[in-house]
Amino acid sequence: MGVIEVNNLTKYYGKARGIIDVSFQVGEGEIFGFIGPNGAGKSTTIRLLLSLIHPTSGSATIFGKDCFLHGPELRRDIGYLPSEVFYYERMKVIDLLKYSASFYERDCTQRMNELAELMELEMNRRIEDLSYGNRKKVGIVQGLLHQPKLLFLDEPTAGLDPLMQAKFFQLIREENQRGVTVFFSSHILGEVQRMCNRVGIIKEGRLIEIADIRTLQQNNYKKVRVTADGLDAAFLDLPGVTNLEQQNGAIRFFYKGDINAILHKIGAVTVSDVTIEEPTLEEIFMHYYE
Amino acid sequence: MTMRMNILHQEFGMRRQSVIIWSLAIAALILLYLSLFSSFAADAALLNEMMSQFPKELLTAFGMNDTDLSTVLGYFGLAFLFVQICLAIQAASYGFALVSIEEREWTADFLLAKPVGRAQILTSKLLAVLAGLAITDAVVWGASLLALAMFTGGQSFETKPLWLLLLSVVPFQLFFLSVGLVVSLLVKRIRSVTPYAMALGFGMYVLSAFGDLLGESALEKITPFQHFDPHYIVQHAAYDAPLAALSLAVIVVSLVASYVLYRRRDIPAVV
Repeated sequence: MGVIEVNNLTKYYGKARGIIDVSFQVGEGEIFGFIGPNGAGKSTTIRLLLSLIHPTSGSATIFGKDCFLHGPELRRDIGYLPSEVFYYERMKVIDLLKYSASFYERDCTQRMNELAELMELEMNRRIEDLSYGNRKKVGIVQGLLHQPKLLFLDEPTAGLDPLMQAKFFQLIREENQRGVTVFFSSHILGEVQRMCNRVGIIKEGRLIEIADIRTLQQNNYKKVRVTADGLDAAFLDLPGVTNLEQQNGAIRFFYKGDINAILHKIGAVTVSDVTIEEPTLEEIFMHYYE
Repeated sequence: MTMRMNILHQEFGMRRQSVIIWSLAIAALILLYLSLFSSFAADAALLNEMMSQFPKELLTAFGMNDTDLSTVLGYFGLAFLFVQICLAIQAASYGFALVSIEEREWTADFLLAKPVGRAQILTSKLLAVLAGLAITDAVVWGASLLALAMFTGGQSFETKPLWLLLLSVVPFQLFFLSVGLVVSLLVKRIRSVTPYAMALGFGMYVLSAFGDLLGESALEKITPFQHFDPHYIVQHAAYDAPLAALSLAVIVVSLVASYVLYRRRDIPAVV
């Protein structure tokens, strides 16, 4: 059974679209990437799963229990790092973290100190004096200190310097190796590519693709570049060819389908150069969003 | 409907300074006002004569027609109107801010992602505010009794109307707290609490004053300044029972509606 199961989840804010008919599953121990541009519905999905907002229709379960009926119970084992971190401005970091820990039955002190040390967090500063990056670190510590079994990370790396990002990814990997399931929302594809097993791609509120990262890269699309004198791009316009463009005598396109078909086609003409590559996730992504 | 001690503690702590300032300010108001009583009472005949020269409408607006300022309770009742206005604004601002502040400052995500239910959060927050208001009440009562002991120059007065007056602040505060809360949950977002609290507090007072002026009975039905009119309480040594009951009904309905609305509420996200 999936840790997260979402069935036909729909959310409208009045008439404004949130997400429409979204269904997916996340298995135990998985790092599931959730990709989409700003406003596509990533945060809406996470906020629904945390019952910060209520669905218009559809259902969702976490650990096999309905999110909207068992919210408080489920949230004992959930850690959440929101995209924008806001805490009680007047509090000191240490007091905020202790307050956060006081919601959980277990003693979180040790883990809290470990995380704070790892993130190089100054515990005696007031929240109002912290930079955005430092607030984000507070967010990371408060989201992890109770050793959750499921993590929701909403654009987690924004504001972190590269060194901290690396530490953060290492931390998430370690959590994951301990069996923690991670739901990782981002519009930065490089990090999703590095971290995730599977990705869901969301566009204008609809989930348009769920795939294994490798499948997405290897089996779906090839990035093809053909250089040949006097070759017209239209010649290569087969079924499965997209983004066909001609520049400086080179023809570039994405191809999805039987690789032999395109090889035969290219083989029929005299070419000076051919490259066939796996596209980066960025390119796949752009392809989805055209 | 259980509550969480950690939330209560946190909420109480955040409001502590405000409670202290309000309490001391109202206490100072009472002491200052009552300290002037002896000089008023000394010239009572003159004063009452002067008052009779004022336009009746003006006196009505301040709830002072047929008020005898030479008696302790007559004078105290007038002072109490100002205390009521302060208490109204204080309680209303706590009500408006109770959950809206978390949404305005975006801390709601932090709190609501914790393993607590919405009803638990609301109950804990309400109890924290009630503790704060109880402290204010205790200070108001203490200051009133102290001022009456110090400044009345041995003039006697009935204690029953006094106690009814002092106790009336509890439902009075609850009215503004619960109405503020339910309004904050009915609107999408409260950008600033103070204008709302001032509008509700003063608005209800003005409604009461105008109701008196116009002799309009419909208006007085909705404002607690009429439900717990100090002048009425002093004169009758009793509450206006139907109106007081109306106040309690508004409190209950507002609180129940607040729980329903808060449980259903979509917490807005930063855009």
